[in-house]
Amino acid sequence: MVVNVLYFAALRDALSIEGERISLPETVHTVGALRTYLGSRGAQWAPLLEWQNLRCARNRSLCGWDEPVCDGDEIAFFPPVTGG
Amino acid sequence: MDVVRVQSEDFDVGAESERLHRAADEVGGVVIFIGTVRGGAVRAMTLEHYPGMTEKSLETLVEEARRRWSLAAVTVIHRFGRLLPGERIVFVGVASRHRAEAFAASEFLIDRLKTEAPFWKKEETEEGTRWVEAKEGDEDRARRW
Repeated sequence: MVVNVLYFAALRDALSIEGERISLPETVHTVGALRTYLGSRGAQWAPLLEWQNLRCARNRSLCGWDEPVCDGDEIAFFPPVTGG
Repeated sequence: MDVVRVQSEDFDVGAESERLHRAADEVGGVVIFIGTVRGGAVRAMTLEHYPGMTEKSLETLVEEARRRWSLAAVTVIHRFGRLLPGERIVFVGVASRHRAEAFAASEFLIDRLKTEAPFWKKEETEEGTRWVEAKEGDEDRARRW
């Protein structure tokens, strides 16, 4: 399964990357599991695990951490929004 | 008839107001909220957004407002990019037959926009730049709806 992952705002700055196209192991079925998988790749990725208030979106809609992940999805991680 | 726009350029408040109150014969009132960059310690602000999701999330909020209240026309415009103190950031306008619907729907739209639409503010001050933290009070206001 291949997904497109995007990072925004302070999280993007902390990770020093805007996004990545990544092939996932078969054990990753939810957005929460994807976060854990991505954040466990070494010190550079630690903010994904350590930031308590991260939000996520699947295919451009806000979602929960138990949201399923499917092949070809666009998954985004970001801090709480501050527009308006 | 509804308008949702995400843009870097400013908007014409007079023209947007005019369009709302001319939207339908039955319009009896228009409520407009305009958010601006607050002055003081902040020298400038840069708004980042998530192209594609931003428009979709604003359209979803407008649809929800239309399900909850009887509205003649809705306009939501949000800017991105670098803005200076005093510049306009966001326009939320609602036209309806009676004022109660327009007041409620406009408040709903700005409260929920602030916690759901993917925009992030970065402030420039004398000490440097910093990402603005979300306010707990904004979450509380959004939850009322």
